Amino acid sequence: MATLDSKVPSGPITEKWDKHRFDMKLVNPANKRKYSAIVVGSGLAGASAAASLAELGYQVSCFCYQDSPRRAHSIAAQGGINAAKNYPNDGDSIWRLFYDTVKGGDFRAREANVYRLAQVSGEIIDQCVAQGVPFARDYGGLLDNRSFGGALVSRTFYARGQTGQQLLLGAYSALARQIGLGTIKMFPRTEMLDLVVVDGRARGIVIRDMVTGKIQSFAADAVILATGGYSNVFFLSTNAIGCNVTATYRAYKRGAMFANPCYTQIHPTCIPVSGEHQSKLTLMSESLRNDGRIWVPLNKGEKRAANDIPEAERDYYLERKYPSYGNLAPRDISSRAAKQVCDEGRGVGDTGKGVYLDFRDAINRLGENVIRERYGNLFDMYERITGENPYQVPMRIYPALHYSMGGLWVDYNLMSNVPGLFVLGEANFSDHGANRLGASALMQGLADGYFIIPYTVGDFYVRSGVSKVTTDHDEFKKAEAEATDHMKKLLALRGKRTVVDIHRQLGKVLWEGCGMGRNEAGLKKALAEIPIIREEFWKNSIVTGGNEEINQALERAGRVADFLEFAELLVYDALMRRESCGGHFREESQTKEGEALRNDAEYSYVSAWEYTGVGKIPTLYKEPLTFENVMLAERSYK
Amino acid sequence: MMNLKLKVWRQKNAQDKGKIVDYNAKNVSPDMSFLEMLDIVNEELILKGQEPIVFDHDCREGICGMCSQTINGIPHGPERGTTVCQLHMRHFKDGDTIFIEPWRARAFPVMKDLIVDRSALDKIIQAGGFVSVDTGGCPDANSLPIAKDDAEDAMDAAACIGCGACVAACKNASAMLFVSAKVGHFAKLPQGKIERERRVQAMVKAMDDAGFGNCTNYYECEAVCPKEISVRFIALMNREYLRTINHLGRKKGAGGF
Ligand SMILES: Cc1cc2nc3c(=O)[nH]c(=O)nc-3n(C[C@H](O)[C@H](O)[C@H](O)COP(=O)(O)OP(=O)(O)OC[C@H]3O[C@@H](n4cnc5c(N)ncnc54)[C@H](O)[C@@H]3O)c2cc1C
Ligand code: SF4
Ligand code: FES
Repeated sequence: MATLDSKVPSGPITEKWDKHRFDMKLVNPANKRKYSAIVVGSGLAGASAAASLAELGYQVSCFCYQDSPRRAHSIAAQGGINAAKNYPNDGDSIWRLFYDTVKGGDFRAREANVYRLAQVSGEIIDQCVAQGVPFARDYGGLLDNRSFGGALVSRTFYARGQTGQQLLLGAYSALARQIGLGTIKMFPRTEMLDLVVVDGRARGIVIRDMVTGKIQSFAADAVILATGGYSNVFFLSTNAIGCNVTATYRAYKRGAMFANPCYTQIHPTCIPVSGEHQSKLTLMSESLRNDGRIWVPLNKGEKRAANDIPEAERDYYLERKYPSYGNLAPRDISSRAAKQVCDEGRGVGDTGKGVYLDFRDAINRLGENVIRERYGNLFDMYERITGENPYQVPMRIYPALHYSMGGLWVDYNLMSNVPGLFVLGEANFSDHGANRLGASALMQGLADGYFIIPYTVGDFYVRSGVSKVTTDHDEFKKAEAEATDHMKKLLALRGKRTVVDIHRQLGKVLWEGCGMGRNEAGLKKALAEIPIIREEFWKNSIVTGGNEEINQALERAGRVADFLEFAELLVYDALMRRESCGGHFREESQTKEGEALRNDAEYSYVSAWEYTGVGKIPTLYKEPLTFENVMLAERSYK
Repeated sequence: MMNLKLKVWRQKNAQDKGKIVDYNAKNVSPDMSFLEMLDIVNEELILKGQEPIVFDHDCREGICGMCSQTINGIPHGPERGTTVCQLHMRHFKDGDTIFIEPWRARAFPVMKDLIVDRSALDKIIQAGGFVSVDTGGCPDANSLPIAKDDAEDAMDAAACIGCGACVAACKNASAMLFVSAKVGHFAKLPQGKIERERRVQAMVKAMDDAGFGNCTNYYECEAVCPKEISVRFIALMNREYLRTINHLGRKKGAGGF
């Protein structure tokens, strides 16, 4: 039986992190080079962790699947990063960022972690500015802020519509500096296939060199996964094509617990699907909701073009339903509201699955130039994809899968239940509860990598000592053999359907059964269908080419194979949670007005699942959530 | 719906000589992206048991810099300021013939089909494309005001996605636009100024060592750059470089990082 100990330090919440930093053991500077860390992932979380650990003197190796660490999907984040700097003097504080994040997460996050996140948020901005991140500034030369959903203060720092890119390039430059100094060995075009656990402790990983096909393993004193989110299990999402669950799912199969897999975020403002050929969806940053107004026609079956519909026949439904937050209502709420109006038959565009995001009023008020300065690149991107000019006609948007709040379970030190295995960034479950507020993922990734892991890993090293296990150990050889075997099995697939086609089918089943609204019958249907698709994959899919070469068909097949197992876990979690919270809307649990209805008496816990075998019901563990500082309350944005 | 003829560079591996192979792309919708069009061709190839065309791609929203194809002789294709992943098929006509090739440059060896090795760009950044600050202990972010214009200029340069199209477009296969974008980004900010001499020297040396050519001001780079990085950063970089040798008549910042 595994146990879950969150290791949250005692004492008042404001003092926990300080006290913990004092209680943690320090590594003697002369000994640091004896300890090694494997960092899988070079996004905000991985790059910041790898660079910071190398600066301290540890031996670091870092892995990513792209051709360069600079291309991790953090690069795509558009809108911004939160920090409780209170530069605009509008009432922000560490406490308020903490409160907003706990509330935004629908009271399903661990208070102590969230407080720490808010505490270090300011330092992140200082760090990034020192690295030369070109944040937006006002005419006085000081940093500018904007608002994001779920907050009434302006605390979001941004760099045009390319905040993630600039933050990642900052972390990448720190990483590159260490690679140049020889303190980090970087392995691009390398995919982690498995975690190696020896005597209950994480000791290394098995990888495939995506150029030569060589399967090989690496050992270290700590393994740090920062491999991003799993939204691609739904096939269509705003994630990059290569985003996968393989690293975290394989760790789960080796004993790490997967927490809250059903908490997935559906982002309200994405460009709608245009056809079957669609390979991914593109986000239009939430920051657009600062100036854009969301509406649909008042009447069903409206045929007129958007600009011909008079004011009185438009329904600005977010402003109507949530007058105090209006267009800045949080993501889960905005997404559901969009689905609702489309289900009523008032959706726009060819498919009827779309709502308008209209800048007419903002352009009249501020002038086209101001709007261009704020969102120019997003407008261009929209036009490139849709062929429509959003300065002239409203954008059409629809919700899409975007982010995974769930992830591997970690304690306060960001260590999983498998000693030596740490998990950072979107790959862990730690800070966002059931719904993430905009601009908080970048903050969390960098908090984890720059300011938390450098402390907690050191403490782990001292307590557990230098590892003597090398890749000669039997467990490594076994894991390598299993990975080799897995590749052989995939390469032997000579059926009649492509892997992408099967992935698309899985995505549809999940979107229908476990998407924006979830109910018992739908979830059970999905649970019945997933194993059939999995069987179809192993019987009837086709993978071309060989192992000893660049083989994208094989790469995709490996990822889809893991999605096909993971999907079941996600649905089990959703079925178990018979309450609505955040991004998880159980239709059986709603208020009279159709708002999410939490059930704190029965579900105020983190669900953490333990692997029991493919197709078998995993074992559920519960980490109770207690709220000592934020009052459990109905989450209202009215 | 359109039907197109594709002429695609196929090369088994770095050693293989490679050749153009003809394919038909059928039922292409104008709403598809260029890569989605290739996805469909690949799906058909796979169903026939043939090896799909491999190409680098990831974000498919024009920001990661991974996609890299030369379309009808133009890196990233005909649309200005657009990566190939953001190029949409509405810019082509039924019956068009489209040539698709990898980046061509000595410093970017082809690995397979349309995939090239761009690690030389990372090496240049490793040589000096950073500010030497460690994590922690940084001053408050607002302790150093930066003129909005400078910040905007820095951002213009920092928008580079490291795709390498500029190199592929250049007759000399020069990486000047890429390098100058990084040098320019830091040269505009007080944080970057402290190490400016060391940076520009180290990066230029790394660029030369990697086998990139010289810049002879053809400006093809700017024309294909998906982020429309301006060649004025090349001029700025030249000035940055010159000041390292002119100053007091001795070479400043030698020794690298
Ligand atoms: C379009 C978009 C816009 C967003 N906008 C915002 C925003 O404005 N503000 C905000 O706060 N958040 C935003 N987010 C969310 C945020 O960007 C991400 O949650 C965050 O950047 C994730 O960072 P990460 O370091 O955890 O993972 P990633 O950046 O995804 O990095 C994952 C890394 O792991 C590597 N990897 C993955 N699997 C493997 C494997 N099997 N083997 C080897 N390596 C592997 C990858 O190569 C990569 O280096 C946005 C997300 C998207 C998709
Ligand atoms: S300068 Fe432009 S073309 Fe060159 S690498 Fe950067 S973004 Fe690509
Ligand atoms: S795939 Fe990322 S820029 Fe084209």
